[in-house]
Amino acid sequence: MAMNPPHSESPVLSVKDLCTVFSTRDGDIHAVNSVSFDLYAGEILGVVGESGSGKSVTMMSLLGLVPSPPANINGASVQFEGQDLLRATDRQLRQVRGGRIGFIFQDPMTSLNPVFTVGFQLSESLKRHLGMTRKEARSRSIELLELVGIPDAGRRISDFPHQFSGGMRQRVMIAMSLACDPSVLIADEPTTALDVTIQAQILELIRDLRHKLGMAIIWITHDLGVVAGIATRVLVMYAGQIVEHGRAEKLFANPSHPYTKALISTVPAVRGHRAKRLNSIEGQAPTLYAPPGFCPFSSRCANVFDRCRQEVPGRMQVSSGHDAACFLLEEQGHVATS
Amino acid sequence: MFDYTIRRTLLAIPTLLFISLILFLLLDLAPGDPTANLPLTIPPEVKEKIRLSLGLGEPLAIRYLLWLQQFFINEPLHYLTEITGWDLSGDRQRVLSWQSRSPVADVIAQRIPQTLWVVGMSYVVGVLIALPIGIISAYRQYSWFDQVGTFVSMIGFSVPTFFTGVLLIVVFSVELGWFPSIYDTTHVVEDWSSFVFQVKQMIMPTMVLALYNAAQISRFMRASMLDNLNQDFVRTARAKGLRESTVILVHVLRNSMIPVVTVIALGVPTVFGGAIITEQVFKVNGLGQLLITAIQANDIPMVQSLTFVFAILIVAFNLIADILYGVLDPRIRYD
Ligand SMILES: Nc1ncnc2c1ncn2[C@@H]1O[C@H](COP(=O)(O)OP(=O)(O)O)[C@@H](O)[C@H]1O
Ligand SMILES: [Mg+2]
Repeated sequence: MAMNPPHSESPVLSVKDLCTVFSTRDGDIHAVNSVSFDLYAGEILGVVGESGSGKSVTMMSLLGLVPSPPANINGASVQFEGQDLLRATDRQLRQVRGGRIGFIFQDPMTSLNPVFTVGFQLSESLKRHLGMTRKEARSRSIELLELVGIPDAGRRISDFPHQFSGGMRQRVMIAMSLACDPSVLIADEPTTALDVTIQAQILELIRDLRHKLGMAIIWITHDLGVVAGIATRVLVMYAGQIVEHGRAEKLFANPSHPYTKALISTVPAVRGHRAKRLNSIEGQAPTLYAPPGFCPFSSRCANVFDRCRQEVPGRMQVSSGHDAACFLLEEQGHVATS
Repeated sequence: MFDYTIRRTLLAIPTLLFISLILFLLLDLAPGDPTANLPLTIPPEVKEKIRLSLGLGEPLAIRYLLWLQQFFINEPLHYLTEITGWDLSGDRQRVLSWQSRSPVADVIAQRIPQTLWVVGMSYVVGVLIALPIGIISAYRQYSWFDQVGTFVSMIGFSVPTFFTGVLLIVVFSVELGWFPSIYDTTHVVEDWSSFVFQVKQMIMPTMVLALYNAAQISRFMRASMLDNLNQDFVRTARAKGLRESTVILVHVLRNSMIPVVTVIALGVPTVFGGAIITEQVFKVNGLGQLLITAIQANDIPMVQSLTFVFAILIVAFNLIADILYGVLDPRIRYD
């Protein structure tokens, strides 16, 4: 990361030691543990990990979108366009949300409000962030719908969400998230709820939009195949921690964390079914009740040794722009990233 | 949606006819004799004549059809005659009260304002109190505000109005002497002080009913808000950077109002029923009291007409609730 950055310019978004803890009646859930990463302009950062590994909570914590209480968000800093989002006021955060950082969620069926027209829902951000009048917002909304490939946009703008198909609804969501020309787009499993063919179309659309608009994208998924197809860099998350990070081609060529290795070996040769979850590894992910203090993968790792159960491994550099959090790497003489 | 409305309205007609038949049969089965309250000195032959003159000699079917004709044709025609001045009704027989021999419709029309003032006002007040309480209770679930709200609502709908009514009379009329305990229906508002008196005499009956209504509606509002607060579209609204007040009062509230509005509409006719007791307690001579005295006097045409008016209200507000649902929910409107 910072030690030998593959990018010359400074990151758009820089997250340091982010921690999110949920206080529940049964105890604290350590959903995000000391997560650090950078996002550079124009890249697509893939975030993979099985369900419950803290991908969504990490990204929503950045913008204060997790309900608090129960959530408690801490960390060193989240630098974005000259401000630290962890220390920003509610007002400043609202300015960033939907303005400079756009969000797309998993389920387009439920993510749109059923009682308002898509035009109304699109205009809301435009009026709020860009101070447009109703008329301006309307014509801009039509442009946005055209941009995301909705035919007959001028008429469809007064339709309600239930009048669109799933894929079309996700296009509306994308249009909404891009409304104010954000520099970062966070897409939280945007294709998981869709049919395979629609999935491919949405993927293509986002890739295309990135070329046109040049924003950086964080693409969350539990599907390694999707990540391989779209991401420039990849973060692998496990039990609320980043266990491996690297440029996509390096990471796939030389997976260095036992969890990543297991993940890659369990991806079936035949792709194309969304039932393909990353859970065919022996054993179970740890419950997040125990405070971090050991390697989260130690309970399932074939190469586990004593130290794994006593300390949290730091992120060791595998090669330039590629690191993994595993003591085995340290044994092999790799050094820690700073 | 328009077709749907027309269809539903047409369907209401057989429903109402059926209800009127059931009401008629039930009242006919009920024991009691309109001449029973007449002085014992009247000889039985005269009583029999009175019974015949009331139309009780005819067979049941004839009496029902006559009543139908009087209620659905003669009364509306008579009403038209009154407002247009043309003689449309001729000497058509109106539905007459057995107690006063005056047309039932006129008596009901006289009593409606009292009921509307007290009951209608209490419903409006109840709804206006209930909505914000429900919204805040849901938004601050399990806060002290919510706990107090839950407690008061539980009292509100588990304690009967005749108890709260009497309690208020004892405290505010008898002990403190702030408000009159009896509603004076002959009171006319003509200046400031008479207006103040009118407000004073309305406060207690209105509050008793408002508490009862607010208790139920605020619970509904709260539950409906809670249903929607955790929906994905709320997260989307927040992710757009909308103000919290916009998120709650536009996105969540608009969805939560759909079931609540229908509950409010459905509640309107039941309020008239609930008012019967409160009107007795405070001696408001509205529709409720009229019904009670008519029942006691075996005034079958009056009871029949009043209960049927209540039935019409129930059917009408069911229809209104359905239509409102469609108006508020685009998923229904466009199917
Ligand atoms: N509101 C909440 N209250 C308590 N725990 C939560 C809440 N939201 C998420 N979590 C916990 O945080 C963990 C990470 O969840 P999430 O980030 O949604 O996983 P992912 O997106 O990787 O599938 C899960 O174990 C989940 O139980
Ligand atoms: Mg998720």
